[in-house]
Amino acid sequence: MSAGPGEVQTVAAARALRGKRSVFIGVGRPSTAAILARMVHNPDLVLFYESGTIGAKPFRVPLSIGDGELAETADAVVSVVEMFDYWIGPGRVQVAFLGAAQVDRHANLNSTVIGDYEQPKTRLPGAGGAPEIALGCPEVVVIAPHSPRTFVGQLDFRTTSGRHTTAVITDLGVLEPRDGELTLTALHPGVTVDEVRAATGWELRVADEPAVTPEPTDEELSALRELMGR
Amino acid sequence: MAEVLSLTEAVAGLVRDGDSVALEGFTHLIPFAAGHEVLRQGRTELELIRMTPDVLYDQMVGVGAARKLVFSYAGNPGVGSLHRVRDAVEHAWPRAIALEEHSHAGMAKRYAAGASGLPCALMRGYIGTDLESRTRVERVRCPFTGEELVAVPALNPDVGIVHAQEADRAGNVQLWGIPGVQKEVVLAASRSLVTVERIVDELELRPGGVIIPGWVIDAVAEAPGGSRPSYAHGLTERDNAFYREWDAISRDRERFTAWMDEHVLSGVAT
Repeated sequence: MSAGPGEVQTVAAARALRGKRSVFIGVGRPSTAAILARMVHNPDLVLFYESGTIGAKPFRVPLSIGDGELAETADAVVSVVEMFDYWIGPGRVQVAFLGAAQVDRHANLNSTVIGDYEQPKTRLPGAGGAPEIALGCPEVVVIAPHSPRTFVGQLDFRTTSGRHTTAVITDLGVLEPRDGELTLTALHPGVTVDEVRAATGWELRVADEPAVTPEPTDEELSALRELMGR
Repeated sequence: MAEVLSLTEAVAGLVRDGDSVALEGFTHLIPFAAGHEVLRQGRTELELIRMTPDVLYDQMVGVGAARKLVFSYAGNPGVGSLHRVRDAVEHAWPRAIALEEHSHAGMAKRYAAGASGLPCALMRGYIGTDLESRTRVERVRCPFTGEELVAVPALNPDVGIVHAQEADRAGNVQLWGIPGVQKEVVLAASRSLVTVERIVDELELRPGGVIIPGWVIDAVAEAPGGSRPSYAHGLTERDNAFYREWDAISRDRERFTAWMDEHVLSGVAT
């Protein structure tokens, strides 16, 4: 089996949850990766969704964080106030998966606006839970498509601090903070350093010998495709 | 004590032009029927408050009923943009709209402070982001530890409206599934309306159920299916296909207007 770039990104994100106790996820690729991690690597992984569902065990990838299946399969369902006050704030959730429209070299994130705040070119949905999730969770993994539109020299708005970010997993490779700046530490199979540089809006630091992400195994890939087909 | 009223009577009695109105529902139990009734009654100049303004607020903003939006995440969950909200913010169509935005934690803490009768709530957060300078928060120092924290102002809407599964004839409400901030909003608001799927002779208490006593609610109205295309856990299903369809309906001003005329504004309250 051979994997597409999006599949490699999802598989790499799922692998980042090996051995982890709990993960906070939104919808889309992060959710797919976390469900895949439970299927293949880590059946005991506790999934937290912002809607207040703790320990959800979705069979399908949910469209929204409020899908009924999340509440039906959860160990506990709590109010939004409790979710942020008792669970996220004190650091009880180990890893957070976050997405963003813009990422800078320090892994700060913009999900608020493109262009000027008062006269926006594109008004984005806004902060949601991200600022406090990124502050509360000890490990933050950003999952984003790799392009110069996303990986920018200067954010239009800083919605979320990159202080706790441990990795940025894209469809081209993996960036990790080294001395406070995101550095290319792994390339997905078939991707070159030049391609990643061209897709990054700043002079990207590259590790001396970037690793190559191991190809998705047949087990990972067939589980992922089965999940997407459910 | 809550009065059990028709939806039309309840909205007419509680919602006035210019009010700050929170129609809450954190992805679940969203009071669509009540929001549509507010529009049919022609209410305008509203300050709409909600953590996750989704399709309902896209509709309310799109017809020009709101002067201001207070929120933390304005998107169609899992689908993308709220095109009507974006059109209002980016192009002032059909009118300009003021924004006051927070994080989810900030909004939840604001409702909790409002429900608690406190002037503000304390939290970590906002520091180190551009949100801090764009919204209503202040830094304070903890008098015990000296830690720098952020205070967010209490949120006390003029009207709080939520949907729930059931109420009894005295207006005591029970809801279950994702509880969101339903209880906080009812307790924080000056006036409150709860729409329910059904009115029963006696509430059968459920483990994990949230009870809101009728004597803290102004009006209860029966509105079966009143959260569609959202859902009432255990009774109705979330209509994910409609949330996807809304993307196309809402992209185009004319198509949106025609859809609202046909499906909302010309309809009658249930």
